Amino acid sequence: MKILVCISHVPDTTSKINFTENDTKFDTNGVQFVINPNDEFGLTRAMWFKEKQGATVDVVTVGDKSTEPTIRKALAIGADSAIRVDAEPLDGFQVAKELAKVAQDGSYDLIIAGRESIDYNGGMVPGMLAKLIGANFINTCVSLEVEDDKATAVREIDGGKETLTANLPLVIGGQKGLVEESDLKIPNMRGIMMARKKPLKVVEPVAETPLTKAEKFEKPAPKGEVKLVDADNIDELIDLLHNEAKAI
Amino acid sequence: MSVLVYTESENGKLKKAALEVASYAKAVADAIGGNVTAVSINSDNNDDLANYGVHKSLEVSDEKLQKFNADAYAEVITQAAKKVDAKVVVISQSANAKYLAPLLSINLNAAYASNVVDVPKTDNEFTVERTAFTNKAFNHTSLSTDVKILGLSNNAFGLKESKAEMTKEDFSAELGDDHFKINVESVDKNTDKVSIADAEVVVSGGRGLKDPKNWGMIEDLADVLGAATACSKPVSDMGWRPHSEHVGQTGKPVASNLYIAIGISGAIQHLAGISASKTKVVINTDDEAPFFKAADYGIVGDAFEVVPKLIEKLKDFKANNA
Ligand SMILES: Cc1cc2nc3c(=O)[nH]c(=O)nc-3n(C[C@H](O)[C@H](O)[C@H](O)COP(=O)(O)OP(=O)(O)OC[C@H]3O[C@@H](n4cnc5c(N)ncnc54)[C@H](O)[C@@H]3O)c2cc1C
Ligand SMILES: Cc1cc2nc3c(=O)[nH]c(=O)nc-3n(C[C@H](O)[C@H](O)[C@H](O)COP(=O)(O)OP(=O)(O)OC[C@H]3O[C@@H](n4cnc5c(N)ncnc54)[C@H](O)[C@@H]3O)c2cc1C
Repeated sequence: MKILVCISHVPDTTSKINFTENDTKFDTNGVQFVINPNDEFGLTRAMWFKEKQGATVDVVTVGDKSTEPTIRKALAIGADSAIRVDAEPLDGFQVAKELAKVAQDGSYDLIIAGRESIDYNGGMVPGMLAKLIGANFINTCVSLEVEDDKATAVREIDGGKETLTANLPLVIGGQKGLVEESDLKIPNMRGIMMARKKPLKVVEPVAETPLTKAEKFEKPAPKGEVKLVDADNIDELIDLLHNEAKAI
Repeated sequence: MSVLVYTESENGKLKKAALEVASYAKAVADAIGGNVTAVSINSDNNDDLANYGVHKSLEVSDEKLQKFNADAYAEVITQAAKKVDAKVVVISQSANAKYLAPLLSINLNAAYASNVVDVPKTDNEFTVERTAFTNKAFNHTSLSTDVKILGLSNNAFGLKESKAEMTKEDFSAELGDDHFKINVESVDKNTDKVSIADAEVVVSGGRGLKDPKNWGMIEDLADVLGAATACSKPVSDMGWRPHSEHVGQTGKPVASNLYIAIGISGAIQHLAGISASKTKVVINTDDEAPFFKAADYGIVGDAFEVVPKLIEKLKDFKANNA
């Protein structure tokens, strides 16, 4: 089985979010970038397939040179080779088009992406990619098994779960649950050394025009002070929730 | 110019979110000058849509669409959009809507903006405001295609009544085997409990509750309020609660009217995911817990004393305000 894991390079979850150039650009100053958390679960699941079922695992990111430490980390975790599409990602559609080219060139059986990239929260790249290449697509995937050319997946729905089956080639939008948090792979010294020797191929973009543009950013208005209610005065809380907040 | 809204139903009944997206679609139609057409799949009665500005209701009833199937549903909406020559297609951000949206976007060659929180501005370009960086920022996004898809964040617009003369029309989409390549083997849905996505009120517990055995009072509080239960990430990582209850930046987003956090410190990743909720209440022993900076109301106190009292008082309140 040939697996491709799509990796979005995102600010660490603790990052302070600021903007520059008149609030038109995300300020990367002092920001630590990591593998998108949803993709980390997918990557670890891919490693499981590699170890248990003999798969090869490539990772891909669409981004400039600054994203290379993030994909090197994926190599250190155990991916066999990495591809970087040398383009500045501007929207989900453009990224999906670039990934579609990589996916078609590599004829992958399984493409593991994340449910959502935690920076732009688009939630669109995996589905668009699947449609573009004519593969099956399962979103919010919390469990995935593959036998021969058939996949069984569990998808999270509002208020429950659903079990689905589909033939390969398949694209998933994965998340926590694909593997347990405690099973997430962290690169060790040997992995880091080996990663240096693994291939990282830089490919030219197909240069698709994005369909959307992030024109301007804004930060939420600062919050007012919290109203403290005495632990012995629950009636006051109920009154505030009912009459002031109109929340109950 | 026409706006198409996909109004979701469950077991034949329109969801509340359907009325919200209809309200929003009406506002979009007013902004671009046009009418709203709704498309629904196996919904028994769509009369209520007329109260929220829907002009025409396209009604699909098809045995093959009993279970949700993203490809087939996206195809139905695609054909409906083409039929009414829709310039804007409005959907919710339910799990199913988010699943089908990117497929719809490719079908229609339409730009898709997710997590939209406001009516588009159309004076110059067509721009919408959406949340980004998991609620840590807003982003004004322009969409450049002829047809556009907008995914409205839950509870971002609310219900706005607007009476319309609505006509109904049976609509059947042409679907081939190709649209049913994914098989739904089984659905495991908790039908007697409201889901986090649909809930008006969410009661959430953190590590401060110390033991999974202590969740009885969280469930009781949720029962009184008709709320969904949720938890912080470590609580689900330790297996105290199911993963499906994990909320926050890497879990489920919460955009309820009321969010009550009990024994949760308020880490940045937690707050990011729940901050779209309108009113936030925190109950925590530590008055320095960061959650107090994000909350509207707070009680500094021991959950094991405060929560049982709150349950009793709320029962009285509900009895008097029924
Ligand atoms: C400094 C910086 C600035 C950026 N500015 C913008 C901007 O202004 N507007 C904008 O939309 N995007 C911008 N991006 C790109 C953004 O990080 C995403 O790569 C891309 O836009 C898709 O976002 P999404 O939220 O739609 O992805 P989603 O659809 O939410 O992503 C889902 C999954 O798709 C895959 N995926 C997403 N992006 C990539 C990628 N680049 N390479 C490989 N796999 C990927 C991952 O598996 C991910 O989990 C910027 C990135 C950086 C580093
Ligand atoms: C990459 C990454 C992603 C993450 N994503 C998420 C996410 O999506 N969601 C999330 O929740 N977390 C997330 N986290 C974890 C986050 O950083 C915090 O560790 C976590 O939210 C803390 O959970 P907690 O508030 O339940 O526990 P704690 O931080 O341990 O807080 C427990 C609180 O309970 C209070 N308390 C103790 N006893 C009582 C009592 N008797 N009555 C009342 N209060 C009491 C304490 O004062 C304390 O404030 C993420 C972390 C990382 C690194």
